[in-house]
Amino acid sequence: MAASPAYGEEKGGSSSLGEPEYGHDPASGGIFSSDYKRHDDLKEMLDSNKDSLKLEAMKRIVAMIARGKNASDLFPAVVKNVACKNIEVKKLVYVYLVRYAEEQQDLALLSISTFQRGLKDPNQLIRASALRVLSSIRVPIIVPIMMLAIKEAASDMSPYVRKTAAHAIPKLYSLDSDQKDQLIEVIEKLLADKTTLVAGSVVMAFEEVCPERIDLIHKNYRKLCNLLIDVEEWGQVVIINMLTRYARTQFLSPNQNESLLEESAEKAFYGSEEEDAKDAKAEVASLAKRKPYVMDPDHRLLLRNTKPLLQSRNAAVVMAVAQLYFHLAPKAEVGVIAKALVRLLRSHSEVQYVVLQNVATMSIKRRGMFEPYLKSFYIRSTDPTQIKILKLEVLTNLANETNISTILREFQTYIRSMDKDFVAATIQAIGRCATNIGKVRDTCLNGLVQLLSNRDELVVAESVVVIKKLLQMQPAQHSEIIKHMAKLTDNIQVPMARASILWLIGEYCEHVPKIAPDVLRKMAKSFTNEEDIVKLQVINLAAKLYLTNSKQSKLLTQYVLNLAKYDQNYDIRDRARFIRQLIVPTEKSGALNKYAKKLFLAQKPAPILESSFKDRDHFQLGSLSHLLNTKAVGYQELPDWPDEAPDPSVRNVEVPEWTKCTSREKRKEKVEKPFYSDSEGESGPTESADSEPESVSEESGSSSSSGSSSSSSDEEEEEEEEEEGSGELSEDKEEEEKRPKRKEKEGSRKAAPGSAGSPSEEEEEEEGAKKAKKKKAPQGRKGHAETSSEEASASESSSSGSNSGSEAEAKRRKAPPSSRTGPKEISLLDLDDCDHPPPPQPVPSSSIVSTSLVTDLEGLTLTDTSLAPALLSPTFGAVRTYELLHRMAGEGLSVEYCFSRRPFPGDPHMVAVQIQISNNTDAEVKSLRVSEPKPLSGMRIQEFPEIERLAPGDTASVVMGIDFCDSTQAANFQLCTHTRHFYVSIQPPVGELMAPVFMSENEFKKEQEHLTRPGEGKLTGMSEITEKLTLPEKCRSDHAIVQQVTSAANVGRVPCGADNEYRFAAKTVTSGSLVLITLERREGTTAQLTVNSEKMVIGTMLVKDIVQALAQ
Amino acid sequence: MIHSLFLINASGDIFLEKHWKSVVSRSVCDYFFEAQERASEAENVPPVIPTPHHYLLSVYRHKIFFVAVIQSEVPPLFVIEFLHRVVDTFQDYFGSTNVGDQLPTGQLSVVPWRRTGVKYTNNEAYFDVIEEIDAIIDKSGSTITAEIQGVIDACVKLTGMPDLTLSFMNPRLLDDVSFHPCVRFKRWESERILSFIPPDGNFRLLSYHVSAQNLVAIPVYIKHNISFRDSSSLGRFEITVGPKQTMGKTVEGVMVTSQMPKGVLNMTLTPSQGTHIFDPVTKLLSWDVGKINPQKLPSLKGSVSLQAGTSKPDENPTINLQFKIQQLAISGLKVNRLDMYGEKYKPFKGIKYMTKAGKFQVRT
Repeated sequence: MAASPAYGEEKGGSSSLGEPEYGHDPASGGIFSSDYKRHDDLKEMLDSNKDSLKLEAMKRIVAMIARGKNASDLFPAVVKNVACKNIEVKKLVYVYLVRYAEEQQDLALLSISTFQRGLKDPNQLIRASALRVLSSIRVPIIVPIMMLAIKEAASDMSPYVRKTAAHAIPKLYSLDSDQKDQLIEVIEKLLADKTTLVAGSVVMAFEEVCPERIDLIHKNYRKLCNLLIDVEEWGQVVIINMLTRYARTQFLSPNQNESLLEESAEKAFYGSEEEDAKDAKAEVASLAKRKPYVMDPDHRLLLRNTKPLLQSRNAAVVMAVAQLYFHLAPKAEVGVIAKALVRLLRSHSEVQYVVLQNVATMSIKRRGMFEPYLKSFYIRSTDPTQIKILKLEVLTNLANETNISTILREFQTYIRSMDKDFVAATIQAIGRCATNIGKVRDTCLNGLVQLLSNRDELVVAESVVVIKKLLQMQPAQHSEIIKHMAKLTDNIQVPMARASILWLIGEYCEHVPKIAPDVLRKMAKSFTNEEDIVKLQVINLAAKLYLTNSKQSKLLTQYVLNLAKYDQNYDIRDRARFIRQLIVPTEKSGALNKYAKKLFLAQKPAPILESSFKDRDHFQLGSLSHLLNTKAVGYQELPDWPDEAPDPSVRNVEVPEWTKCTSREKRKEKVEKPFYSDSEGESGPTESADSEPESVSEESGSSSSSGSSSSSSDEEEEEEEEEEGSGELSEDKEEEEKRPKRKEKEGSRKAAPGSAGSPSEEEEEEEGAKKAKKKKAPQGRKGHAETSSEEASASESSSSGSNSGSEAEAKRRKAPPSSRTGPKEISLLDLDDCDHPPPPQPVPSSSIVSTSLVTDLEGLTLTDTSLAPALLSPTFGAVRTYELLHRMAGEGLSVEYCFSRRPFPGDPHMVAVQIQISNNTDAEVKSLRVSEPKPLSGMRIQEFPEIERLAPGDTASVVMGIDFCDSTQAANFQLCTHTRHFYVSIQPPVGELMAPVFMSENEFKKEQEHLTRPGEGKLTGMSEITEKLTLPEKCRSDHAIVQQVTSAANVGRVPCGADNEYRFAAKTVTSGSLVLITLERREGTTAQLTVNSEKMVIGTMLVKDIVQALAQ
Repeated sequence: MIHSLFLINASGDIFLEKHWKSVVSRSVCDYFFEAQERASEAENVPPVIPTPHHYLLSVYRHKIFFVAVIQSEVPPLFVIEFLHRVVDTFQDYFGSTNVGDQLPTGQLSVVPWRRTGVKYTNNEAYFDVIEEIDAIIDKSGSTITAEIQGVIDACVKLTGMPDLTLSFMNPRLLDDVSFHPCVRFKRWESERILSFIPPDGNFRLLSYHVSAQNLVAIPVYIKHNISFRDSSSLGRFEITVGPKQTMGKTVEGVMVTSQMPKGVLNMTLTPSQGTHIFDPVTKLLSWDVGKINPQKLPSLKGSVSLQAGTSKPDENPTINLQFKIQQLAISGLKVNRLDMYGEKYKPFKGIKYMTKAGKFQVRT
């Protein structure tokens, strides 16, 4: 092709089509061959009326191009067919044009009008392909036409065409960078697009044209985060990489506070001083500010929404998420990426190669993360050498005191490999382990010395080099080894090894006073035949010996220096001259001569053997630059975290714009989407989710009335869920039952859509709850053994309940919603994320409130008393006990449990479970404990402290905490004694997954309204469950009803004006979603029970449970 | 992103090229050829090669190098993964005779991975649960590392837009999973059910890793006695293959390969069953064993002749093992049920299990 444009095409056309033709073959395709005649038949075919002939001709031509043959002379004949009706022919003509238009610009212009017509075609596919070709033909004269076409396509109805417009942007930009400003306008417009189809492509254009315009991302940030999971794989990679950079400029480092806690452990060997300094600086800064770190909800949103993509089948996506976590996540959370990266090691060797490079860098900074997967890096004889060496690197990085013996045993097998490059690398790895882990230094050294008698010279040579480095660390103890190595000079030929030995002997000649001169003698003899590096070391050795033992070596030194003086290599001649002047005293040699010994035999620091991957993480991981360890063209630096967070409100999106956009899509047909929702014809996922305009306006209306504008991302999430729900409603019953469970999980994971109306209000409650729990903590601990504490707590709760009614109101009046957190919407996003609850803060005494809490509460101007009752203490109702382990199954050990309904001290998201263990055997049971909890994803178990011994007949009572993630799934774990383990599981009744919450009648109504707002469309049905029931005789008094309800569920009573109504409220423990219960008595014995909650499953199950309780 | 693509065959000819932007001269491949020469073996050619003006990213499959030319920063895995997909597509495309070129309609479908208007007279959905055991067994026969990697490959030929759910009896076995994009991730998260609208035809639904806590059953063992003596130029070679934890199933398709040290000239061996070949050039011994009969264990015995005059090889060869066990998923994973929603007809459903050796090595 390009190399041989004139005579590239040899046999040409038809005859050569089927058979392979390789490379340049000047012999077969000379200038004198009949190429042009051959092409005549193609021209004829192209001119014919039959599409089949044209197609055949075009196929041949395209095949020629693919093989790199020149087909440019056919341009006029081909371009004529650009308007051909046959779509197959047309496509191939396009392929041809894209290849040759640049070379034949004038002729190419003939085709432009066809494309311009194509741009107006009613078929979106044709519009898109016309734009694609138009933007690919690289003819500068048509830049204005391209610009116009792109602008128009960017407002096209079809997202597919808009996507193509996004693709065209970088092409135009590379053709004419003066168009940048106009292109940025288009990019800005397309960034606002809400379809998944466009998102990836426009971010790609953004990265190529204006990566520095980070401000364009602000308004689209949340949308991009939320669309991410539905974007096609390649787009995901681009978006994730861009968002990593974005996050580094907009959020604060999540690890700034941790530097106080974590110490040397992580940095044992590799911790760079630089990093320490940096950490220290951050520490000082954070101390100065005295502002505890709170992760920006948008930062959390990004982490949360990218995490599922670790499960992608696409290695590039997994790597992108991994690097995002590495660069952005709090240290404690980075670990999740290890498993996914290890999985990629099963993939093609090229993928392994790239992944291992990144793992090597990560494993230096975060060793602990990969340690559990140590064995996944074991080397197989069938691995390609480059993979072996990278695995070795990782293994070496992972080596520490505890696993070093295992690793060294592995290394021993590697030493015997047939792959000698790999063996050499293993020897170096052993050297690195030896320098890093003092414990095994001698073992390693001995092992290496044994290798000196290996038959393979390369192995010996490598060992010598490594031993030399090790000996430098403690030469005095190893003169035996030095002697041994001195003998090797007779046999070993590898220059580097010989040079190393000579250096060693010279350096430590005092340890081997007898051998050293002898070695010099031998080397003097063979001097002329040595390699240059060896010669240099011979001179070195001679000089050192001359200084320490001139009696024996004076003549030898002279001899060597004389030889060197006439060496062919000027370095060696220079060295000889220099050394002679320095060491041999003459009248001229002045001051320096006195210091010769100091110069030559100075204490030299031992070399540090460190990984070549150290500090590579200043490049963004997963990037080409990281892999090459040099900055690649177009690499965007990963910025450092800012010291102070830029204004987070820039990411807020105004509501009017939102409604405007959605109303644009009003006409969109409502399609029942079975999926995450992906692009469908003209409408994207979010668009169709918004397709009910009233709901949107209603939403904005109501939220503004409650004093806050809800964020777009929030709405999107909510609606996405809603839409999924609607998709499945049509499915059969069984499905419907499963479905809510899933929803509930989602809800708890996301948490965002969970909380209702006004965010600040909820936050207050949350805070109040925290505080209340803290107050409760000591009490709970004191009272857990006794079951008769109900009464006390009951009276307490009722009194506190009545107090707090007015106080809560007062509280709200005092503290305007916006007073504490700047922009309100942000708090909406991510108040209580069940994945990452606030770190447990066990506070032993009620008078102490943690400092962070104090700061949190600053500006709320609240008195302590008003905080207390927001979360009510356990209400009455008999505490039911459940059996955990029957005495038969437990071989005499019986275990029962009950839900004490007290806040679990230390973690407000856990349900406290009181466990009563009785020893019915006649032997003492020792070390009773929980082991190997295997919680489902998200579930967490806080074990009770080990019971050391339980005497026969005795009973012990302990409390453990379980975060059920608002689901009734059982928590499984093992109960162990010193002899046995029992598999047990605790399944919570739905009523125990919540904690009572206080609210006034008005608040209750407001919340209920919020949950059931008609505008929410489908959600009404989802968040309200109603059931009619008949009250049995004994259950008609107020007292009995309240008692039955509160025994079935841990809820608090809400005061109610009407006589025939009972109201209760609670919040789920994990995600804090409201659960509202209304029981309305009708005439006679009938009643209606209504439960409002976004947690469908919880609602449904709760209704069942309460109905059952009341029917008893 | 990718500027140009060159396809290079085993003899070093560039037989296909494609340029997405302006044409990049073939001569850029010279840098690749240089690296190839340095690497000695194809598999050791670095996947990323920097040149003065470009970066060459390549994958090697089916004895063909797919070399992408890049001009600026791009995640290398992005390109590498893409090239592998290209190869997969080539394989699919040239494998079938169906050369219907159409505009990419998939892009416009409600479900991007499935074309619309699919029709079959026989509606069927087959799922193959295939598990591979990766293991390293040490000299003494104890397991150094063993893990199970599994995939579920599907062949789904169903009319319309079926919505399938597949559930397992014991989903907790699955430790780490990666999905075809059609699988609804949230549903899996909350219920451990695979819910998806399948692509049409063959596809990989799921790959998984069985959690490391579960002990991996090793279905075969190898007894070996390989020794080279210093004094003579002869060595002894003897291996026996036997069943271990096979859950009562037959181990078949057994194949033993081993790379002999360079010093080995020839091998004189007699197998009790199957056929064996020793290639004196590559020094590769392979023994096609076939089925293992527990009553009469297959063995391969004989002598090794070594290059005279040289000392005995330092290293003992590793033995690589392949085998298959039908109707068994060694992890114990079991599909509970497969349900279809969204379409009225009753499809024919089938599930097959198979266990294979993955990278299964025995060190000697």
